[in-house]
Amino acid sequence: MSARDNIFRKLRAASAPTLPSPDAAITEHYASLPRTTKADLAREFAEKITAWHAEVHTVPRSQWVEKARAIVAEKGIASLLYAPATAHGQALAAFGIAGLKAYDRPIEDWKPEMFDGIDAAITGTRGAIAETGTMILWPDADEPRLMSLVPPIHIALVDADAIVPTLYDAITQQKWSAGLPTNALLVTGPSKTADIQQTLAYGAHGPKELIVLLLTGEAQ
Amino acid sequence: MTTKPMQFVPGSEFKRRAAEVVANPFLRKSFRGAMDFLIAKRAAQFPDPELLERQRTLAEHIRRYSLARLPQLLEQLEANLVKNGVKVHWAENADEANAIILGICRQHGAKLMVKGKSMVSEEVELNHAMDAAGIEALESDMGEYIVQLAGEKPSHIIMPAIHKTKQDIARLFAEKVPGVSYTEDVDALIQVGRDVLRKKFMEADIGLSGVNFAVAETGSLCLVENEGNGRMCTTVPDVHIAITGIEKVVEKLEHVVPLYGLLTRSATGQAITTYFNVITGPRREGEKDGPREMHLVLVDNGRTQAFADEQLRQTLQCIRCGACMNHCPVYTRIGGHAYGTTYPGPIGEIVSPHMMGLAATHVLPGASTLCGACGEVCPVKIPIPDLLLRLREEATHDAKPGHAPLVGQGAGKSTFASLAYKGFAFLYSRPALYRTFAWAATRFRFLTPGNQAGWTVTRTPLKPAAKSLRDLLAERQNRR
Repeated sequence: MSARDNIFRKLRAASAPTLPSPDAAITEHYASLPRTTKADLAREFAEKITAWHAEVHTVPRSQWVEKARAIVAEKGIASLLYAPATAHGQALAAFGIAGLKAYDRPIEDWKPEMFDGIDAAITGTRGAIAETGTMILWPDADEPRLMSLVPPIHIALVDADAIVPTLYDAITQQKWSAGLPTNALLVTGPSKTADIQQTLAYGAHGPKELIVLLLTGEAQ
Repeated sequence: MTTKPMQFVPGSEFKRRAAEVVANPFLRKSFRGAMDFLIAKRAAQFPDPELLERQRTLAEHIRRYSLARLPQLLEQLEANLVKNGVKVHWAENADEANAIILGICRQHGAKLMVKGKSMVSEEVELNHAMDAAGIEALESDMGEYIVQLAGEKPSHIIMPAIHKTKQDIARLFAEKVPGVSYTEDVDALIQVGRDVLRKKFMEADIGLSGVNFAVAETGSLCLVENEGNGRMCTTVPDVHIAITGIEKVVEKLEHVVPLYGLLTRSATGQAITTYFNVITGPRREGEKDGPREMHLVLVDNGRTQAFADEQLRQTLQCIRCGACMNHCPVYTRIGGHAYGTTYPGPIGEIVSPHMMGLAATHVLPGASTLCGACGEVCPVKIPIPDLLLRLREEATHDAKPGHAPLVGQGAGKSTFASLAYKGFAFLYSRPALYRTFAWAATRFRFLTPGNQAGWTVTRTPLKPAAKSLRDLLAERQNRR
């Protein structure tokens, strides 16, 4: 008998009551909570993620690349990792930001450079969650997982129209279960730890700084 | 680096170690301060008691439903993981789990494994097994890294280094990390850990992680963390091995949402953690990073024993938030190490007997005042006080007819206690004898000894009253 067989035999030998699925109760619970109105989602998201130590810049959609360039100059970022096959990556390249570095090869080919030679990375997001000030990242072949993790500064683009009230809304409305990437991610602020005497410190292993460009309609 | 295996400490040792901590004002202050901090942070997250009650009821429903369908969900999880390209392994005990992981390491000629936080890996003493095989297993969660560097074990399931002050850590780093001088600046100390570990993430052949929730329907593993080391371990090395207990599976991603919300709020009083990772398989065709091979080790280690009994099964509802220990008056005073088990505090007292047997753990369910705080704060409503009483019973009695004995059933039986209870029952069920006893006890009370063994170590001696209740009532009746 294999370990698997033994475990299943023991589990099946136990009497298990049939319980109703919690699906309806979960739906009902989230429907019963007060909801942020559409107009307030971006404001709530910005407030919450700022409280989680992120730096938020609200910027009209047509001007984000200029804003990104200003941030790069201001922070003294000499090398900025970007995803060349994405729309936002192409916009960056077309604009001609100095120090752009394309993530265009497997990590094995340039691990030491990724860890020691990159100041910042810029990525898109799949949306955000207002309730907790959380970004949804959906890494793929074009925009890989490590971009939002290894460089000390992470710059993320969040479209104000893609913000939903809760995580439950995100998972159900965007139908996550129908097609998950290898690593779906929620990111809420820069990396942190309180493991030394409950004192909060940022930049434990991941980015020390998180900069959010919140893209909205054109400036009035 | 060697981590000594933590052998279980027998009952007498438990009391000695607890007494040591109680007599150590620094540790007492550390734990009291940390627990007060965590209690206040959690309370701030739950301002509305009615809403909290609704959330707990929902979370309990989800966990009970998942356990009721555990065999089906495990089969579904396995099938979907395999479909996603993950290799699934099953281990009945710690040795099997370690052998599986060691086998994978050998297959890859691995020399260095970086580890994200995993209590199950602590439970099976993986670091010790790896060390014995000449493979370096390095903890990368800051708290775990500190504890490993000190050659110790975690004293809390969420905050492993909670027993250490920044001065302790400053000394430790200055002594153990080459080129580091003494500093009490927390940011500087974290930077030391960051620098050391980033090199290791780059070099490591294997990344190991735990699992907070396994989702059957999608074949996904969810990881909850703040630091990013979990993401490093599961993304940078070429091979990712996840290890978890068989009880961690839920049916759908939607079922994770209420549990995750309660987990972080109950644990550290955070509305959400910095990172929530949903991992669904190894690197896919065309992807530029992520592990090229992924494994999941599902561990039993006594969980099927708890599962076999409907009451004890509730132990497996646990989502490992640690709120029960944060609120436990005993844990706050004796700290995590005195228990001598991987999981300390109230949850440790009810889960360890299944993992290690009652022979080794029968004193633990007694290390509780039964104040009920643990049960009250538990986000999935595990009736911890009831389970403590049940295990006290199982530790001191034979199995009830029709019930399979637990491992170590009756190991805490004491001939003296059993005689005393028999004597008590004999005396109190015979009216004439009882009256004679009461008559004699009140008159010869001066004969009671001042030293009454264990009782008088911390209490005044027991002495019968001058008059029995029966006599007092009779006198009062006569006065009227």
